Amino acid sequence: MKQSSVDLLLLLLALAVLATPAFSDLVLSKVERRIDVTSQIARVTKTLQVINSGSESVSEFTLTFPKFLGNNLAYLSVVHSEGKGKSKRNLANLSVRAANPKGIPDSISVYSVSLPKPLSKGETLTLEVVAAFTNVLQPFPEKISQGDSHLVMLQESSQYLSPYAVESQSLTIKLPNARIESYTKLENTKLQGYEIKYGPYKNLLPFSYSPIVVHFESKAAFAVAEKLVREIEVSHWGNVQVTEHYNVVHRGAQLKGEFSRLDFQARPNPLGVSAFRHLLARLPPRAHSIYYRDDIGNISTSQMQSDSKKTDLLIEPRFPLFGKRFLNISFGSPMIDLVTEKLIVQVVLPEGSKDISVTTPFAVKQSQEIKYSHLDIAGRPVVVLEKNNVVPDHNQYIQVYYKFSNINLLSEPLMLISGFFVLFITCIIYTRADFSISKSSATYLAKLQWDEVLATLQEVQSIIQKCLATHDKLEASLRDLSRTGDIQTCKAARKSTDSLLKDLSKELKPLLGFLQSSPSASHISPKVEELVAKEKELQEKLMAKHTTVVEGYEKKSSGRDIENRIASQQQKIIALRQEIEDLLEFIDEI
Amino acid sequence: MGGKQDSTKSESMATTKTAPDLLNSSIFSFKSLKLKTKQQELLIRVSILGLVYVLAFIARLFSVLRYESMIHEFDPYFNYRTTLFLTEKGFYEFWNWFDSESWYPLGRIIGGTLYPGLMVTAALIYWTLRFLRFFVHIREVCVLTAPFFASNTTLVAYFFGKEIWDTGAGLVAAVLIAICPGYISRSVAGSYDNEAVAIFALLLTFYLFVKAVNTGSLAWALGSAFGYFYMVSAWGGYVFIINLVPLYVLVLLITGRYSMRLYIAYNCMYILGMLLAMQIRFVGFQHVQSGEHMGAMGVFLLMQVFYFLDWVKYQLNDIKLFQTFLRITVTSAILVGGVALGVGTASGYISPWTGRFYSLLDPTYAKDHIPIIASVSEHQPTAWSSFMFDYHILLFLFPAGLYFCFKRLTDATIFIVMYGLTSLYFAGVMVRLILVATPAVCLISAIAVSATVKNLTSLLRTKQKVPQSGSTKGAGSSKASSKVTLDQSQPFQKNGAIALLLGVFYLLSRYAIHCTWVTSEAYSSPSIVLAARGAHGNRIIFDDYREAYYWLRQNTPTDAKIMSWWDYGYQITAMGNRTVIVDNNTWNNTHIATVGRAMSSYEDEAYDIMRSLDVNYVLVVFGGVTGYSSDDINKFLWMVRIGGGVFPVIKEPDYLVNGEFRVDKGASPKMLNCLMYKLCYYRFGELTTEYGKPTGYDRARGVEIGNKDIKLEHLEEAYTTSNWIVRIYRVKPPTNRL
Repeated sequence: MKQSSVDLLLLLLALAVLATPAFSDLVLSKVERRIDVTSQIARVTKTLQVINSGSESVSEFTLTFPKFLGNNLAYLSVVHSEGKGKSKRNLANLSVRAANPKGIPDSISVYSVSLPKPLSKGETLTLEVVAAFTNVLQPFPEKISQGDSHLVMLQESSQYLSPYAVESQSLTIKLPNARIESYTKLENTKLQGYEIKYGPYKNLLPFSYSPIVVHFESKAAFAVAEKLVREIEVSHWGNVQVTEHYNVVHRGAQLKGEFSRLDFQARPNPLGVSAFRHLLARLPPRAHSIYYRDDIGNISTSQMQSDSKKTDLLIEPRFPLFGKRFLNISFGSPMIDLVTEKLIVQVVLPEGSKDISVTTPFAVKQSQEIKYSHLDIAGRPVVVLEKNNVVPDHNQYIQVYYKFSNINLLSEPLMLISGFFVLFITCIIYTRADFSISKSSATYLAKLQWDEVLATLQEVQSIIQKCLATHDKLEASLRDLSRTGDIQTCKAARKSTDSLLKDLSKELKPLLGFLQSSPSASHISPKVEELVAKEKELQEKLMAKHTTVVEGYEKKSSGRDIENRIASQQQKIIALRQEIEDLLEFIDEI
Repeated sequence: MGGKQDSTKSESMATTKTAPDLLNSSIFSFKSLKLKTKQQELLIRVSILGLVYVLAFIARLFSVLRYESMIHEFDPYFNYRTTLFLTEKGFYEFWNWFDSESWYPLGRIIGGTLYPGLMVTAALIYWTLRFLRFFVHIREVCVLTAPFFASNTTLVAYFFGKEIWDTGAGLVAAVLIAICPGYISRSVAGSYDNEAVAIFALLLTFYLFVKAVNTGSLAWALGSAFGYFYMVSAWGGYVFIINLVPLYVLVLLITGRYSMRLYIAYNCMYILGMLLAMQIRFVGFQHVQSGEHMGAMGVFLLMQVFYFLDWVKYQLNDIKLFQTFLRITVTSAILVGGVALGVGTASGYISPWTGRFYSLLDPTYAKDHIPIIASVSEHQPTAWSSFMFDYHILLFLFPAGLYFCFKRLTDATIFIVMYGLTSLYFAGVMVRLILVATPAVCLISAIAVSATVKNLTSLLRTKQKVPQSGSTKGAGSSKASSKVTLDQSQPFQKNGAIALLLGVFYLLSRYAIHCTWVTSEAYSSPSIVLAARGAHGNRIIFDDYREAYYWLRQNTPTDAKIMSWWDYGYQITAMGNRTVIVDNNTWNNTHIATVGRAMSSYEDEAYDIMRSLDVNYVLVVFGGVTGYSSDDINKFLWMVRIGGGVFPVIKEPDYLVNGEFRVDKGASPKMLNCLMYKLCYYRFGELTTEYGKPTGYDRARGVEIGNKDIKLEHLEEAYTTSNWIVRIYRVKPPTNRL
């Protein structure tokens, strides 16, 4: 099938050669081609020396590829270089566009390169063309069993397909270090190690083509990401989060028959790598919080190593990937040696970004979306870039410009703060406000009354505490007396405490009355009354003690004499004080 | 330099001078800020509860921190899958969901055969968070639902404890239940099972019911009915509530504790709860038609008779007349009830008790009659060690708590005693029901702890005062003597109390340590990821299950049918996204028996069965390489028994040698050539598993296998995981007939 299509192509080419007039008067004096097929991507490097042999100056140069290659062209760059050998200097990339001139058959893809300056008569120019093709290495046979080696096939032309006449050309194919099954032998074909050389061939006509097929073993991983979604989330709090979702498929030969774990384990490095076990991703050295998971969780077989220059992530799929087996993983990293069929880059900008513009080194499809993340109201603007057939050569910088005011940064913390604020406020309102429906129901009234009782109780307590404090003052004045012997100040203290205590007992009276009258306090009021009575007693005892002491000092009796006289009183006072404190504690616990 | 020192000195002087002032002022401000005792107590209580709430949540996060945020076990995968469906398709789609991915070719009506409470709860949490602009993944919600509800359970436990004893008991109960291993075993992060919310619902229903009985308030009874509704929607264990509550009411009636409060609480809860429960499709009319629910109805009718009799007694005012009336009414009521029950059962209107119910009452029933129930490890009778493992000190605090409850019998304590005793009996019958008993055990133990500590501390506090007053009394010369006399009057009381308190705190701290250890070591490892210690103490992870499920998901046709033993059904559908023949919802015994029969037949016969079931792949779990013991070979006898229960072709003795189950050379020929054996040991005979042992040495059973030369005719190995734990075989299409 493949072979016949090549034949058809040849036929068409022959027709084309006959039909088309000379493209222009350019002549390629020397063409060197190198095809590197050590990985799954076929990288073609061409050095072209162009001479204008015509009379008019030419500003455009045409590159042609057979259609079956042109369809798989992933990357193409043309560099204009000057000088020779080591002094060779690369100049700026030249712009390349797909062209569709008339008179060229459909089986040929045409790209037109605009030269930096028109090439006038007799002038020469050196062009470096780098092209990367995917899917050109066809597994053959298409189905292999577990132990078989993985053979692939490359189709090319030993002669350079060009609309211009070629004076001298050569082709080198670099193969991986493995078995070479077969290759087309033409004149001037040499096999050196793992390199096949065709040519040099001299003086070829335009559109000359001679197909060659190289059949060899490849150990490279034919990992293709059918779809890769890379989401870059920018936060102005100081981090950038990159998440990538891969749909990886092994595009090598399919597995035929059964899979035996035993055989797989027995030969750790099987001869034919029909399966790949891991993928390597290289991340920036300061990358952190890396995760790798698929639909059903963490891929626990993977490993990560990091040093000061890079962070290496070795993703080992849950199972070895044979041909036509699929894997979905997502993690935040770029993978090396991976062809991507469809790349979608989503740059998520902070909420409130404006005036977004993007510059990219190559053409991509652009669109915008809105994404909602935590605490977003309006959503975050997302720049979506889409590109098909991406190879590692496309790892170039893109730039996204946007305007963002830093005040917007505060909106989310403020939202959280206000949320909690509202929560606490409602709590406060709930505890303070009265939500009972019926204001006249018995339980409600009882509750009100009980609240009042509690409030009164608290007042009573505070008054008693005040009384006790004044008692302490009185005692202190007595101690001062024993130290200084100043009777007058002591008497003054007595007077002030007397009036204070009187005031307090006046305050106490209505409270007691209320407690006695209120029915819900019936079980408390006796205790309170007892407390008040005890306090009164204590007061009297204290006063008595005070008078005896003062009298003793007035009579100038000895210290020991006074102490003996008040000893009995002192004991009672202490006992009373203890009882009062117990009662207070009891009331406190209600 | 010197100047500097000087200045610091003078500064320090100055500070010493101002210190008393500062002290005074700070004391003053502290005094003015000082909360009243009440407020202090409230503050302490709320902060303890808050801490317990957080503790209950974070104690369950071991597995997330150690592994990842993922669903554990088997059943939760189904719950997760249905929740995902619910959040994606909405409630009505969920309610009407016919799942064709399981029980091929029968399918399963999901909406009508599951308790939706858990899924709806998780979906509501998910939608609420979305509404509040927290864009979480539904998986995170599912993983954290159980810890969240465990936290809520601690709050309910606090209120319940407060209702039956006092706030102290409530607090202790909250702490105990927060870390009790019996509860943690079913509520760690990732165990997204019905029990996760059901225990909360159970305790809430009981609490509200007790509250209703204590207050006689319709509102609480209504709340209890709604709690019951939630419980019914969440777990089949609601049958426990609908039998325990009537039993409790009956006991109150018999002990003469009938009151208007009880009448209101029970009637409201039963009627409304019943009507609400009927809204759950899986339960439907069982409340009026099934034997398990008849007790509740009988007690309801009895309640009306009681009320009626009360009224008649009030009207008659004549004891003799009343007693004859009583005799007639009671006999006629019992007669009518008996006849109704008899007629209902005979006509088939009232279904008899189900096997599961019988097996609860009689532990030996399942073994003889329902092998599928007996085959589940969590349905085995509980060993003493697992009681100790799950309860630790609660095991002997429980009787102490019962003592305190009996000392202060109220309606509430009678309830908790009954709950504790019945649930403990069921916990003894089935391992998994330890979970139901856990709240009761925690509450009763909390009463014991709280009452003991309270008694001891009050003893200490009074003791502190007595010597104080004694010393102040003896302010004069008799200070020392009075102290001595006081101490002699109560010898060693204070020391004893201190020692006992220290003992209690020691026990409680041991309990905390034990709980943490159990949670970390035993209950926090997801069964889907196996972990082992390597030679250097590093952790080795066997992620074979997910490897296999993901392989199925990616590398088989989307309509492939997978045959495996029912244990793995839910996981295959949830993670592998493929159709299975049987799964963990064991509703159709015959179908499971067919699979069991296929597994235990010769390959030819099994091939016919598999062809008739459209099987494309067969999945077996095999632990011979890693020494993983809960694999299909060890479960194999159950397959034979279940298969043999329906198809008498399969006979258990064929697989045994002298009543012994063997896989080595001495095994029976049928065993050595049945499908399960072949699939597990295919090409295993060529593998060296352990150094110094012959090839084909089975590490899970410690023997060299008996059949090393296994040829498969109708199946081929499709995939084997890296540690051989899961092996998948492809069923070949039939060869052309000649």
